[in-house]
Amino acid sequence: MRFDSLLDSVGHTPLVGLPRLSPSADVRLWAKLEDRNPTGSIKDRAALAMIAQAEADGRIKPGDTLLEPTSGNTGISLAMVAKQRGYKLICVMPENTSSERTQLLLMWGAEVIYSPAAGGSNEAVRVAKGLAAEHPDWVMLYQYGNPANAQAHYDGTGPELLADLPTITHFVAGLGTTGTLMGVGRYFREHKPDVEIIAAEPRYGELVYGLRNIDEGFIPELYDASILTSRFSVGPRDAVKRMRELLEVEGIFAGVSTGAILHAAIGTANKCVKAGVSADIAFIVCDGGWKYLSTGAYEGTLDDAEDALDGQLWA
Amino acid sequence: MAVEVRIPTILRSFTGGEKTVSAEGTSLQSVIASLDASYPGIGDRLLDDSGLRRFVNIYLNDEDVRFLDGLSTPVADNDSITILPAVAGG
Repeated sequence: MRFDSLLDSVGHTPLVGLPRLSPSADVRLWAKLEDRNPTGSIKDRAALAMIAQAEADGRIKPGDTLLEPTSGNTGISLAMVAKQRGYKLICVMPENTSSERTQLLLMWGAEVIYSPAAGGSNEAVRVAKGLAAEHPDWVMLYQYGNPANAQAHYDGTGPELLADLPTITHFVAGLGTTGTLMGVGRYFREHKPDVEIIAAEPRYGELVYGLRNIDEGFIPELYDASILTSRFSVGPRDAVKRMRELLEVEGIFAGVSTGAILHAAIGTANKCVKAGVSADIAFIVCDGGWKYLSTGAYEGTLDDAEDALDGQLWA
Repeated sequence: MAVEVRIPTILRSFTGGEKTVSAEGTSLQSVIASLDASYPGIGDRLLDDSGLRRFVNIYLNDEDVRFLDGLSTPVADNDSITILPAVAGG
């Protein structure tokens, strides 16, 4: 496949069957390999779409400074696109993220400002909003509320899935900004309304939920609950177990958040087997395992990995 | 019907610091009533006039109850309920 530039190659990722993890010949699992994007994660789609849309709207022009709260992948994707298109990028990232994320951000030329570990991404959003208010000339594309984030999946991920798997019955993805689920979900609501849209939400250690008050919670502006069929909370133990199983059984080396998504996908598959219905369940491989090697997720027992991930933003 | 309820850090002031408490009930609504009877005031932090508070997520065996039957969701013996505040991902 040939493209005019790296940015033109974003998306069009392979969908691969999982013949060994699928529970039966009638209930099949399919992995969409989003780690095959230029920076190795699904976030390349949203980053490119947000910058292209802001340029089209006249909100930004080369030379401008962009600001973004991110737990890592979106920042890395934005840094890659920003470098290609001539923008400066400042990322606000929680300090409890893997060291590879900082290294990658710096490599692609971004500046990193850390937000406190306690409170996780909520704190990163709060710090970024404060900085944006202090620096009116910086542009915050704001992945949590930017419609171009979901639109990238409505225009790309959704149609790719339907073209590759016309018999799709379920779509399972991670719930972070909600962009993937909202965009793909909306696409299927319009083009194949029977497809169930299932969210897997990472359940972190207690540090991450360290809010001062329950009214200080955060729901991304993009989130529309009516798009989802169901929503599961997956802890680090199940996520790591599935991530290792995916490597062991199917040879796919994925990150921890993919393990959480696979856990929900396998739960869904088992329900279909029990109900005696056939199913084609597609799920997202968000990124590869490379960025998580330092976290300890691949070493030792499940207990070791669970301890190592406690307090970290692993998805 | 006894169920285990996992309490988030910010609500443990109600449970004397306990991370996991036991409650009774056959629906989520009655489990919350039972919790509030044991730990007065906690119910108010979970519910408002319209039902479940906006930034409160409750999971029955890891499934978000908003996608089950909300407060009417049936609860069975040995089920596990987890209460968490809504936080940002991404």
